[in-house]
Amino acid sequence: MALSSEQGSRLADLFKGHEDAIIASWTEEIARTTRGRLSRAELQRQTSELQKGFQTALRGGAPNLHDDLAAELRAQLAELSSTRARQGFTANETAVGVFALKDAMLELVQKGDEADAGALRDYIAFSAFVDQAALFTFDTYVRIREELIADQAEQLLELSTPVVKLWEGVVAVPLVGTLDSARAQVVMERLLQTLVDTGSPYAIIDITGVPAVDTQVAQHILKTVVAARLMGADCIISGIRPQIAQTIVALGIEFGDIATKATLADALRHVLRLTGTKRQER
Amino acid sequence: MERVPVLKIGDILLVSIQIDMEDQVALQLQEDLADKIVVTGCHGVIIDISALDIVDSFVGRTLATIASVSKVLDADTVVVGMRPAVAITLVELGLSLPGIRTALNVELGMKLLAQEREQYELDLEDEDEEPAVSTR
Amino acid sequence: MTTWDGAAAAERVAIISDQDVVRVRQLVRTLAVAVKLSLVDQTKIVTAASELARNTLVYGGGGNAEVSRVDNGRKPGIRIVFADEGPGIPDLDLALTDGYTTGGGMGLGLSGARRLVDEFEIDTEVGKGTTISVTKWCR
Repeated sequence: MALSSEQGSRLADLFKGHEDAIIASWTEEIARTTRGRLSRAELQRQTSELQKGFQTALRGGAPNLHDDLAAELRAQLAELSSTRARQGFTANETAVGVFALKDAMLELVQKGDEADAGALRDYIAFSAFVDQAALFTFDTYVRIREELIADQAEQLLELSTPVVKLWEGVVAVPLVGTLDSARAQVVMERLLQTLVDTGSPYAIIDITGVPAVDTQVAQHILKTVVAARLMGADCIISGIRPQIAQTIVALGIEFGDIATKATLADALRHVLRLTGTKRQER
Repeated sequence: MERVPVLKIGDILLVSIQIDMEDQVALQLQEDLADKIVVTGCHGVIIDISALDIVDSFVGRTLATIASVSKVLDADTVVVGMRPAVAITLVELGLSLPGIRTALNVELGMKLLAQEREQYELDLEDEDEEPAVSTR
Repeated sequence: MTTWDGAAAAERVAIISDQDVVRVRQLVRTLAVAVKLSLVDQTKIVTAASELARNTLVYGGGGNAEVSRVDNGRKPGIRIVFADEGPGIPDLDLALTDGYTTGGGMGLGLSGARRLVDEFEIDTEVGKGTTISVTKWCR
């Protein structure tokens, strides 16, 4: 049910006339759900700003929340959800905070003598408007949380897959943590790209920090080595712990002619010897 | 039909593939290179594929044939500049390009060819003599 | 050039010569970029398309490819359907085996292309022709 412009201005008048009462009762309502996690002064500031936002949208004659005339209010609500999401409030608490405006308004309508059919209609239209606002907050909240999670996942991936230059022409990837398919793919692509960017013909994949190697992980490592070879670079695998060596043999995984070394230091020595030999041959 | 140019730089023939090749163009390149190796007497071929965004089994096979034909004509072939995404795809496709030497870029490719050639000439030198001392 | 708005956007290319294989590749690449496949996935689907388009030309005696944007509700993707009215494939299992070839290739066309895509369907009848549908989804 859309708000007519007369309803809008009547409601805006009502707001205007009872600003303090609305803010007080609304703040009270929110304070109950947030249970002291936000200071009363902070809440008061938020509700009074939002209240102004609602008033402006209603005064302007916005028929619903998605109208251009309510753009400013939407921005305010989005801002609110964003802060709430980052402060760790639940989606429920955030949306209820907006719904609470209805209660505050209902008190007003009941108090007034003009509790006639007209006022009731106004209230219902207004109620629908607030519902939209609360749903909008809910949506925004979910979107923001999803963005947060995606960002964190990406950061985690970045953090966990560094590719470092170890020596002239030698890069290393110290792998730490469980390698799943997605991560293995990221590692693989980043390693290969670094080989190209730095023109390094040698790469050391250190798996000291990998707790377990199953067939799938071994497959990913093998594929990386083969891809690097296709590009003209050699990979050495280091940091194979005793249990992992046992698993590799037990699983029947063939590492073929891929060089494996016990430690990163051994691997580096191996590479330097390879490049050193070539130098001597000249 | 487009043609891939073959450039001679010193003792090396350089081919930089810059177009999405039709199969015929790839076959033409294979012929052109064989001719050029014989005419110039070059001993090294560098094929730069850094501009190729895919290498399918046909191009892969053509590269392998070029390498084999060059070998018969006493020239070493190095394929350089394969993109990571292409390498990953080739692994998944099951194409390992056996018999093809690769390097990350043209510079490393030239170094590789120089090493090969040096090694070859060292081997040719008198085997009774002491191994050649490093010149650097 | 084609714009790829709307889920139903599809484009059909006849495959009767070498140039058409290149055209299929380019069409697939354009769409793969438009649906925002990752670089590696773009490369995989274009490579698969190249293999299958060549198969259609060499073994199917020509045919066509239909490149379309698809959506499964959660993520977009790209689907290519290759159809020919050639001799068909008598022993499908054999044709899907690595290294099997009748055309002097490396025998990786079908089996390799299957590994590069998320969905692979093949429908073939001896004497009638072959239809292969491949799909790659965004991650």
